[in-house]
Amino acid sequence: MKELIKRLVETYGPAGSEESIREVIMEEVRPYVDELHVDALGNLIALKRGGGKKLMLASHMDEIGVMVTSIDENGFLRFYGVGGISPFSLIGNRCYFANGTVGVFGMERLDAMKDLTMNKMFIDIGVDSREAALEKVKVGDVAAIKREFCDLGKRLVSKAMDDRIACAIQIEALKQVQNPAYDIYAVFTTQEEVGLRGARVAAYGITPDIGIAVDVTRTGDTPKCATMAVCLGKGPTVKVRDSSVLCTPAVRRHMEEVAKANDIPYQLEVLEAGGTDAGAIQLTKSGIPAGVMSIPCRYIHTASEMVDYDDVLNGVRFLVKLMETEYQG
Amino acid sequence: MLLRRLTEAFGPSGFEHEVRAILQEELEQYVSVWQRDALGNLIACKEAANGPRVMLAAHMDEVGLMVSHVDDAGLLHFHKVGGIDDRVLVSKPVFVGKERVPGVIGAKAIHLQKPEERTQVIPHRSLFIDIGAKSKDEALEKVKIGDYVVFATKYDEFGQGLAKGKAFDDRAGCVVLAEVLKEEFNFPLYGAFTVQEEIGLRGAGVAAYAIEPDMAIVIEGTTCNDVSGMDEHEYSTVLGGGPAITFMDTASIGNRAMIRELVRLAEENNIPYQFKGTVTGGNDAGRINVSRAGVPVVAISIPCRYIHSPVSVMSLADMENTIALIKLFLRSIEGGFRV
Amino acid sequence: MQTKEFLKQMVEATGVSGSECRVADFISRVYGEVCDDVRRDVLGNVIGFKKGSGEGKRPAIMLAGHMDEIGLMVTQIDDKGFLKFTQVGGVDQRTLVAQEVVVHGREDLVGVIGHKPPHLVPPEDRNKAIPMNELQIDLGLPVERVKELVRVGDVVTVKRSFVELGKDIVSCKAMDDRAAVAVIYECLQELRKLRHTADVYAVATTQEEVGLRGATVSTYGINPDIGIAIDVCHGAMPGVPEQDTAPMGKGPSIAFGANIHSKVFDQLVKLAKEYNIPYTLDPTPAGTGTDLWAMQVVRAGIPTALLSIPCRYMHTSVETVSMTDIKLSGRLLAYFIASVDAAFVEGLLCY
Repeated sequence: MKELIKRLVETYGPAGSEESIREVIMEEVRPYVDELHVDALGNLIALKRGGGKKLMLASHMDEIGVMVTSIDENGFLRFYGVGGISPFSLIGNRCYFANGTVGVFGMERLDAMKDLTMNKMFIDIGVDSREAALEKVKVGDVAAIKREFCDLGKRLVSKAMDDRIACAIQIEALKQVQNPAYDIYAVFTTQEEVGLRGARVAAYGITPDIGIAVDVTRTGDTPKCATMAVCLGKGPTVKVRDSSVLCTPAVRRHMEEVAKANDIPYQLEVLEAGGTDAGAIQLTKSGIPAGVMSIPCRYIHTASEMVDYDDVLNGVRFLVKLMETEYQG
Repeated sequence: MLLRRLTEAFGPSGFEHEVRAILQEELEQYVSVWQRDALGNLIACKEAANGPRVMLAAHMDEVGLMVSHVDDAGLLHFHKVGGIDDRVLVSKPVFVGKERVPGVIGAKAIHLQKPEERTQVIPHRSLFIDIGAKSKDEALEKVKIGDYVVFATKYDEFGQGLAKGKAFDDRAGCVVLAEVLKEEFNFPLYGAFTVQEEIGLRGAGVAAYAIEPDMAIVIEGTTCNDVSGMDEHEYSTVLGGGPAITFMDTASIGNRAMIRELVRLAEENNIPYQFKGTVTGGNDAGRINVSRAGVPVVAISIPCRYIHSPVSVMSLADMENTIALIKLFLRSIEGGFRV
Repeated sequence: MQTKEFLKQMVEATGVSGSECRVADFISRVYGEVCDDVRRDVLGNVIGFKKGSGEGKRPAIMLAGHMDEIGLMVTQIDDKGFLKFTQVGGVDQRTLVAQEVVVHGREDLVGVIGHKPPHLVPPEDRNKAIPMNELQIDLGLPVERVKELVRVGDVVTVKRSFVELGKDIVSCKAMDDRAAVAVIYECLQELRKLRHTADVYAVATTQEEVGLRGATVSTYGINPDIGIAIDVCHGAMPGVPEQDTAPMGKGPSIAFGANIHSKVFDQLVKLAKEYNIPYTLDPTPAGTGTDLWAMQVVRAGIPTALLSIPCRYMHTSVETVSMTDIKLSGRLLAYFIASVDAAFVEGLLCY
């Protein structure tokens, strides 16, 4: 599965520019599903028939990135963030565009580091004129952070673990599921990082009976960090809440029961900031019961997001069992 | 002239009646079916049997003020309607209520201020409108709590091909939409003049729900800061640079296929165009984009300097070029275009 | 049941946003006595249905008051058994110090939010509010017992009893917005005396305090011809400008502005005058910050109105309202419902 994770996290796909990652995922899931469909916002909807109620799964395939807003006469690119990206996390980093062009982040001279904002930074793609830059990049082009996958053994590090690790789990679960208890709409959503947009329209189109999002969550297990009772390596979480959703109590109970019945370790998660696709799914039409399984992840929205491989494997087991166990409501 | 009539019309968010009436009158002979809804959106329906359902949207409302309280001295205190910088309010004439009772927003004379006061912004809650009433009762004979207030700005043309006035955001867009609706196309076209954009993109979402479009173009008046003191990379748009196409803002990401087609058409037909260089702010496209099962959108904007103030400035050529570009795009859909 | 008694039992019940089950059960039971049908939707909204008279298509009016309250949620249990927590909805951290609370774990547990004794607080800190992340709940139990009874995600409410202050004023937690649920109850009782053609959907909504979520989906499900939200506004009190508040005991505050349909507003004012119901006006140019903000833009748009009950000390655990305001608001709503016919509803689309 590490091969799959490596392939997914290293594929380009910032919010709104998900074509490449969608192609990769499509190829991976095609043999294991009954139908594939792409909707108006680019969501990839993979249907695996098992009869009965509709279960919508959502893992978002977009990642954070930067968009070029202007190119100066010396070929430097100015940019803005796509999704919640901190200028501080960009210093010393590189990015790459859909066509493979690589750039490095630079910044203007500042009196104090705390004054750093995105519009005091630029991307240097190694050219010395606007004309030369325009041969590689246009205004409006979007770049992803460039950083390779790194296997530390027990722990995995890369950019875009948020939320490709969930895409990997969703793909793997589609491969492994034996007796789906639902018509499973496994959605690889778009534009989560800019406001849960893909999941919202996908849920409207599908109108599922239950929705489960798969995402990453923060942890409280690093030195002097915020209070949070989630640790790497203690299993996937069953979310109680974040700023986008108070998970439907019955779904949360159902998820806990499934985990307990199958001896899958899990943690309860209260995330004080941040949202997930479940927030959009739950408020669709006259309301959809919604829950979230999260993979604990350190350093979210940086180039080095870290997850625990056991959590990932347990996430796959958990998701398979959720696919195979009917929600009674 | 339609632009003059529309910019001088009285229409803060939630009180768009005058604008609605002018548009309906202007389009009387071109549009036979009008659709209305509970929020006050006005939708021109040009039905056709085949082809994609295309929605165009421009918002009718403008930023303004609302009378919140009349004090014993007969002065009017107010809330802001939409995003107005407190600093633009001082020393401006206004109209209160649809009867357009004239008033002024005054300030303490400079002579009476301490030096340090002059460096501070006067918050709008400390400002008031003087309508010349000597008491609360006298004021309440002319106005009432809840009356809307607009800037008393006359439309005028000046400089080289420029116009100044209030509410170009988005009455300029309304002009563009009205001109486009005067032509016939072979697919179903819905021109939505929306309400309540300035207070949270309220009208467009419900209009899109009713229309169920296959794609949408939002026509906006947008920020333009190509003035001295700004670095070029901080420009959002350039006055006279042609219609501005938005790749992304806080509310939506423009559909790539639609943007490619717009750029192709502009280049082939020598229409100047630009890309909006900032991603802050959001417009009706954001709501339409996530309506029902999703709608591909793009926003095309007319640059307006000094937006959301009593007097903004735009280029008439930018408006004409926006009309031309949108018409070309719609003609290209007639020939079969897929998002 | 008397409205005051209904209110008392409601505000003393638990129902933090997303965990409204207990208060919802109680409201369902009482609404059952005055409605033709009561159901619950996916987000837990309680929807009472009272059928109008007459055949054919009847107008549908939705009344929404939210039953959720602000509260706290356990984020961590430390090594000594103290609970760290976060807020659900907008809680003022300054109101929490030295408060008795109930932790809704596997069973209800009484706890105390303590603080450092003043003797030990350095002088420079005495003028600073204690941030929420430095507060903790003391259950007085050994850590093993705490871990058996409490889990991350459990909700916490302030322990508070309903109190009558004089003849008319009542105080407790959760008056925001169960006072509105009491208004709707008063209205439903009043409607038994009146003939109304409109169907009434009396909704006690959920999750208002975290983003108007219950109203969003219940409005979609009901798709009413008119939606009216009832919420609390700031009651007049010293230190707050008159224009930001409404007087207590002088009737409902009726809002107008873009979030409100002008014809529904006009009708409410007309009826208030006709029936001598005192009211105040609440000019609100943009968002009302209530369920109404969500209701108006559901589907293809809903004509809306807002009645507010003046409430002092909002989002503390001693929210204070006037029973007179509740009764007057309920009556006004009932007269409004009785006045609505198909022609009125049709007129709402004519701008």
